[in-house]
Amino acid sequence: MEKPVLIRNGKRNDGRGVMDLRPLKITAGVLKKADGSAMIEWGKNKILAAVYGPREAFPKHMANPNRANVNCKYSMAPFSSLEEHGRSGPNRRAIEIGKVAKHVFENAILTNQFPKTQIDISIEVLQSDGGTRIAGITAAAVALADAGIPMRDLVQGVSVGKVDGVLVVDVDKPEDNYGTSDIPVIVSLRSNEILLFQLDGMLSKKEVETALDYSFETAKTVRELQIEALKNKYVLEESGA
Amino acid sequence: MIMDEVKEEFVKELLKNNKRSDGRGLLEYRPIKIEKGLLPNAEGSCLAQIGDTKVLAGVKFDVVEPYKDRPAEGVFQVNAEFLPLAHPEFFAGPPDERSIELARVVDRGIRSADCVDSKKLFLEEGKALGIYVDLYIMDHSGNLIDTAGLAAMGALLDTKVPKYEAKALIRGEFSGKLHLERSAVVCSFEKIDGKIVLDANDEEEVASEGRLSFATCDGDLLCAAQKSGRSAFSREEFSAIMDASLEKGRELRKLIGG
Repeated sequence: MEKPVLIRNGKRNDGRGVMDLRPLKITAGVLKKADGSAMIEWGKNKILAAVYGPREAFPKHMANPNRANVNCKYSMAPFSSLEEHGRSGPNRRAIEIGKVAKHVFENAILTNQFPKTQIDISIEVLQSDGGTRIAGITAAAVALADAGIPMRDLVQGVSVGKVDGVLVVDVDKPEDNYGTSDIPVIVSLRSNEILLFQLDGMLSKKEVETALDYSFETAKTVRELQIEALKNKYVLEESGA
Repeated sequence: MIMDEVKEEFVKELLKNNKRSDGRGLLEYRPIKIEKGLLPNAEGSCLAQIGDTKVLAGVKFDVVEPYKDRPAEGVFQVNAEFLPLAHPEFFAGPPDERSIELARVVDRGIRSADCVDSKKLFLEEGKALGIYVDLYIMDHSGNLIDTAGLAAMGALLDTKVPKYEAKALIRGEFSGKLHLERSAVVCSFEKIDGKIVLDANDEEEVASEGRLSFATCDGDLLCAAQKSGRSAFSREEFSAIMDASLEKGRELRKLIGG
């Protein structure tokens, strides 16, 4: 398949500039049973995140006397991509993403407040459009806040890619398919630290530093929308009463 | 658990004075040994050792059908087996998240650096070469990722391409060495009590709160990365780790003869 031109006159295939995010909407508390939940619609991504816990650790021998265990399941629905029907069950990619997402929340959650328990996070991708892990983790952070679980920070991220030789934020599906680099990043704006970082594609150190600058800068917008989603939930409840 | 806590305290106590249990500097590798071509039945093989950690890599070729979205390219795949003989906590069974992560990080480093030109693996309509790199973790004394990265790259450097005739591979006869565009290696850093150490041994891994790995390739480029574990990393730590990865990566690539 021939690679299409992805950047023309400084504009990307969907008209965005290099630092522009796709349309982003977050809704908190979308599920009844879960202790916390959120739906994120980011570009054409539609991802549901839910949290159960803290609850008693299972199996019991896995209980940690010092902190809560965090479990995180990331999965893509078999109907979630434009291409063929996906196989159900976690594949190797999903297992790896679940692992690095778990590490994000092992850091963000004040796990030492809940010894011998576990917190279960599910990220279900219903429709994928590039950048699903970042969108899913951003939604999961809102779900955790919705569940009232204390955290060091409300975390979020923006992925950066290299497309037609240019670094751009919030890579969509065509850019992901034909770009030469993909760098998913989750940050804590409060501590200025990086909680998730993966990279593929050949980049200089300077390019990686620029990618991190871009992620930190654009994460601010994502954070505002997360906070707004959490506030909106309570506005709605009050008006409905 | 108790032994882990003792080890953790010991490692942290030493690190307060920038010392390590085996006397190394914070950004220093243990002795590294590379042996290529140990297994003649494999098309390529390499045993890599960093300190007491041993990883064996074997390369096999198969004729495969190309992926639908890349009809004129071959297939490259890295797998890892955490053998029960390598560590008391490794058990037989399907790959768990640790072995999947390791295989995928090593795979990403080699794949992103385009070490193997997958277009050159194309044979004819509907047929291409598949290269399978299997990583056998044989002895785990810390830093499996870097050891596995060396074993994988070493094995590819040792690899000969089997002859292809009448739609089949002729085993034991070769058309030549596998052409590699460049080589890639991985350097992993653990964060322990706010200190960054390269090439952690198993005691240090017990004490570690997080890891940052960078794969680097010829041309002084970063080609893959993975942050793992619950610790966060600052921008300053990122910068220092990238510098060290580029420097140590050059040394590692020289060592494996890439």
